[in-house]
Amino acid sequence: MNTNGETIIDVRGLTKRFGDKTAVDDVDLTVAKGEIVGFLGPNGSGKTTTIRLICGLLRPDGGEGTCLGHDIVREAEAIKRQVGYMTQRFSLYEDLTIRENLEFVARLYALPNVRQSVDETVEGLGLKSRQHQLAGTLSGGWKQRLALAACIMHKPRLLLLDEPTAGVDPKARREFWDEIHHLAEDGLTVLVSTHYMDEAERCHRVVYIAYGTIVARGTAEEIIESSGLGTFVVAGSGAAAAARALNGMPGVEQVAAFGQDIHVVGSHGPSLAESVHAVAERYPIHVAPGETTLEDVFIRLMSEAQVNENGR
Amino acid sequence: MKAHSAASRIRAVLLKEVIQMRRDRLTFAMIIGIPILQLVLFGYAINTDPKNLPTGVVMADPGPVARSIVAGMQTSGYFLIERGHTEAEARAGLTAGTLAFVVTVPAGFHSDLVRGQSPEIIVEADASDPTASANAIAALPEIVNRAIAASTQGPMSAANGAGAVRPEIIVHRHYNPERITAYNIVPGLIGTILTMTATLMTALALTREIERGTIENLLAMPLRPIEIMIGKIVPYIGLGFLQVGVILIAAYLLFSVPMEGSLTLLLSAVLLFIAANVTLGYTFSTLARSQLQAMQMTFFFFLPSILLSGFMFPFRGMPVWAQAIGQVLPLTHFLRAVRGVMLKGNDMFQTLPHLWPVTLFLLVIGTIALMRFRRTLD
Ligand SMILES: Nc1ncnc2c1ncn2[C@@H]1O[C@H](COP(=O)(O)OP(=O)(O)O)[C@@H](O)[C@H]1O
Ligand SMILES: [Mg+2]
Repeated sequence: MNTNGETIIDVRGLTKRFGDKTAVDDVDLTVAKGEIVGFLGPNGSGKTTTIRLICGLLRPDGGEGTCLGHDIVREAEAIKRQVGYMTQRFSLYEDLTIRENLEFVARLYALPNVRQSVDETVEGLGLKSRQHQLAGTLSGGWKQRLALAACIMHKPRLLLLDEPTAGVDPKARREFWDEIHHLAEDGLTVLVSTHYMDEAERCHRVVYIAYGTIVARGTAEEIIESSGLGTFVVAGSGAAAAARALNGMPGVEQVAAFGQDIHVVGSHGPSLAESVHAVAERYPIHVAPGETTLEDVFIRLMSEAQVNENGR
Repeated sequence: MKAHSAASRIRAVLLKEVIQMRRDRLTFAMIIGIPILQLVLFGYAINTDPKNLPTGVVMADPGPVARSIVAGMQTSGYFLIERGHTEAEARAGLTAGTLAFVVTVPAGFHSDLVRGQSPEIIVEADASDPTASANAIAALPEIVNRAIAASTQGPMSAANGAGAVRPEIIVHRHYNPERITAYNIVPGLIGTILTMTATLMTALALTREIERGTIENLLAMPLRPIEIMIGKIVPYIGLGFLQVGVILIAAYLLFSVPMEGSLTLLLSAVLLFIAANVTLGYTFSTLARSQLQAMQMTFFFFLPSILLSGFMFPFRGMPVWAQAIGQVLPLTHFLRAVRGVMLKGNDMFQTLPHLWPVTLFLLVIGTIALMRFRRTLD
């Protein structure tokens, strides 16, 4: 990735207010050609708003930048021609069939051969058997396939996907991501928002946003590394009781259940170790140093951001 | 290449709208159903042939011919003769609506007739309900002819030798000088139905996309405002023509409404008028935030159109301020144009003065729509 260093998205200081609420606050974001960038953050943190700002669907109240080399405010039309945007909510026409929706999109992008493009798309995405079904009667997984098909048919250079796999079963999600990687190998750039950790791990790079501000960015390893968090895994029959005891002890910042195990996370190594070992002596558990996961980091980022937000 | 892709984008929106329109069965049925329903309803009004209309007779000259005429009126069934009115009483009855007609036989009627002059019989009609009085008035000449024929042959043929002389019947229509007749209804119907449905359908065009969330996808694609506008209004112009077709054919088949002027000219006026209305609806659509708002705007426009265009009330009878509002409304000018073409056989040059105000309206409204169109979701 990032072979020739071409920058696809380059925005600085992006700010968007709705009334007196600042939904996106001074966001800088760069995405290089061929990258798959994961966009994470709790609900209402400004992911959708940021994506809309990038593709010219909203006017920023502050900041500037380019997308595909075009100014995001003044050259929105040029951007729209080369971007495929998959909205968070299904926003194709439910009273049109799959095929009619695709034909609509194909004509909108003035594709030279509408029928052929639609045929290929329908077949490529395995939608052929259902092409004459009304979109409104499709299940979530099929709708998602249709929406993806509609936004890649015109061979865009940038894909903006807003929670594309929400409510889609694991197999379909897997296939979806295989497809995304496939497209990225051909040089397509992808910015994708998601809540799924496994999906975040399949991205080349991750950006984490909370309350409209980007609070972490980098590869998964970099983010884990820079968080400075250490983790102990607590297992055994007394794990649940131990978890309650650990809550609030010195150095213990997060206690979270992962299946049978408990992850105990803290940023100050020595005091965390001391607390964990003290508890281990009182309960039937065994304790081992563990790998800090991206999820541990994100949960931590989320609660930190919340403290900051409430403290304002 | 540029023009080609613009055409392709307009086509995309246009075809999409047509498919959606076809699939929305209820609305589609309404669009075709409303004109038919209205026509049938008005059709009954057109066909009513009311009898026994209360008629006051002011007989200043109770000669035999006059009596014979009054008797003939009575037997025709249209007039229910009430005698013994003074002139003042009869007038008051007409004003109050207790009398539909006042027939005045002036003094010297009989002697004039005998002398070979054409005397006048004055018929004053309450034309505020013109369909009610029309048939009765139409029957009058025949009644008079028969009465005279009878009196010249009968034993009381005092008017012998005056066979060629006919009394002149002078009809004064009160309260509704422009009198909406059966034929006047059809142009009015075309105009009001189009004002209602064409405006409403396009008023929903964008707000529906907003409410369903599809606007986000639409705006994310490379469409220019003018392309969306054209793509969205052209199908409804087609639909409007369908409605006009239904009305014209039904009007011709059911009521033999005449078509004095050129059909092409009529359809050109119709095209312009539909375009003005769908564009107005589309403008509402760019201003409204919801379908409900768009609907309210449509009704808000519909009401003055009905009341102040000359459809309901004679235009010249309205106060100046109301006329000023009426002048702005496309329906006002459309009614004049269509009545002229259909009923009077007006040609293009006589019709043009009524068409340019509609064109102006169309251009102004269209410009507002394009300026008001929101390219973003803000
Ligand atoms: N059109 C809008 N009008 C008012 N507030 C909005 C609008 N869109 C988003 N917001 C607010 O902005 C914040 C960010 O929203 P959003 O970008 O949708 O977050 P996310 O996609 O991360 O869940 C939320 O608090 C949301 O309520
Ligand atoms: Mg969102």
